[in-house]
Amino acid sequence: MKLIWKRILFTCLFLGTGITGLYASDGGEIDSGATAWMLTSTTLVLLMIPGLAMFYGGLARTKNVLGTIMHSFAAMGIISILWVVVGYSMSFGRSVLGGFFGWSPEYFFLNGIDNNILEAKVPEYVFSMFQGKFAIITPALIAGAFAERVNFKAYCIFIALWSLIVYNPLCHWVWASDGFLYNLGARGAIDFAGGTVVHISAGFSGLVAALFVGSRRGYPYQVIRPTNLVLTMLGAGMLWVGWFGFNAGSSISSGLSTAQALTATQIAAAAGALTWSIIEGFHQGKSTALGFASGILAGLVAVTPAAGVVQPYGAMILGILASLICYKAIQLKNKLGYDDSLDAFGIHGVGGVVGAIFLSFFIRPSWMKEAAAAASDGSWTVWNQLGVQTLAVAIAIIYAMGMTFVIIWTLNKFIRFRASEDEEMAGLDRSYHGERGYGMLNPS
Amino acid sequence: MKLITAIIREVQLDKVREALIAAEITRITVSRVSGNGRQRIEEMYRGQRIVPDLIPKIKIEIAVNDAFVDITINTILKAAKTNGTEGHLGDGKIFIIPLEECIRIRTGERGGLAI
Repeated sequence: MKLIWKRILFTCLFLGTGITGLYASDGGEIDSGATAWMLTSTTLVLLMIPGLAMFYGGLARTKNVLGTIMHSFAAMGIISILWVVVGYSMSFGRSVLGGFFGWSPEYFFLNGIDNNILEAKVPEYVFSMFQGKFAIITPALIAGAFAERVNFKAYCIFIALWSLIVYNPLCHWVWASDGFLYNLGARGAIDFAGGTVVHISAGFSGLVAALFVGSRRGYPYQVIRPTNLVLTMLGAGMLWVGWFGFNAGSSISSGLSTAQALTATQIAAAAGALTWSIIEGFHQGKSTALGFASGILAGLVAVTPAAGVVQPYGAMILGILASLICYKAIQLKNKLGYDDSLDAFGIHGVGGVVGAIFLSFFIRPSWMKEAAAAASDGSWTVWNQLGVQTLAVAIAIIYAMGMTFVIIWTLNKFIRFRASEDEEMAGLDRSYHGERGYGMLNPS
Repeated sequence: MKLITAIIREVQLDKVREALIAAEITRITVSRVSGNGRQRIEEMYRGQRIVPDLIPKIKIEIAVNDAFVDITINTILKAAKTNGTEGHLGDGKIFIIPLEECIRIRTGERGGLAI
């Protein structure tokens, strides 16, 4: 019992280093500085979704550009609504069913938080909308794995189910103050802004989905060229900018921990991008624009779980490691021949694992000291934390992969998940949206 | 030598291309074109019906020696036709014109050898 109280005390003490302040009192004081930054962060994370749409859309073929962009935009519609109705409650409500997910009646339709102010002195509406953006981008990331060949209607149902069955429970385990991964070990599994919840879950689910639907027609023999790399580069730039909201916003404050996260984010992105360019330069003789963008993403993904705990040198090493390993992973994909079309697994799955595991070696000393104080026997080593991180990653991978398979397999019984051959050949734009992306390419 | 020009539906390009490759005809030129034939399509734009004057099509150009004319035409005919053996308005056309000369720029070879 004593231990539990100690733990709760510590959780309260270090409000700045994680997602906190869930059981709030009404009518508390508002910190306008923190609230202003959280509002900005919420907006920045929303900006990442059109960013992702552009990144993915540019990589698809011309006939699929709108369909691919719509995968991200559809998530903005579907998941926003689901999040307000049940998602926030399932993620951040009090644990039910043995902690499988959360549920608090006052979060249903967000009907009871009209006047809530969190302990972080931020209105709860802001926190719930901020978290809602994470719920949107995660299923949208998966779409990169099965791009260019999926039935739009089935996709919409899939992301809704996936959000309910995979995302919300996982989010509850890792980020809710009574989630079991949040309380694993001395100070919990470290997932500052979504390494396991967002990137690992999306990446590995993407892998399962890509294997289930099979390769695109003609892959890998037919050359499949991106429609517009300019769009992709702009999207990557928007993602980098938005990531400041994603990581620095995850401090749920506007202070020291925010600055630490923001700095780590910038460094890892740059280190990742440079590393990828250098590897490509040596390996292929030319550094591609797409390679630079991939490096940005690999670095950002790897620093996502780590942003709150690593110092600049750690962020740099994480960025470098992420690009090295993701580059290898994509080569391995080409060798194995499965069609993870836009490398949702290769970048988000692999990069997420790299970040969540290797961050253990770069945790700032003050964090470790606090963890040691919180541990039952007063000592906490890198290896203890590595164990916690590995366990959290393994749980996220197994759960996401297993459930994604169950969802797609079941869904496929009712609606064909994969586009028919004719629809795929005609392109998603024409088959599912009745439009074309670039009207001006042909005189009309 | 003949120059075969086929105007086909955009969506049939993959099928035609694959069929041509299967028939070992690989040297082709493809371009996007718009045209007005007998096909009339109605499109919905913001809830309104519109009938575009020019419909996007794909143009395939293949220069062949006389021995390959028939197989090329038959391959395109089979692969570009939609709706089974029935066909639909808008499946396209094939034009064949005599080819006076063909020169490979790299070597300066002329005639059938250069194709």
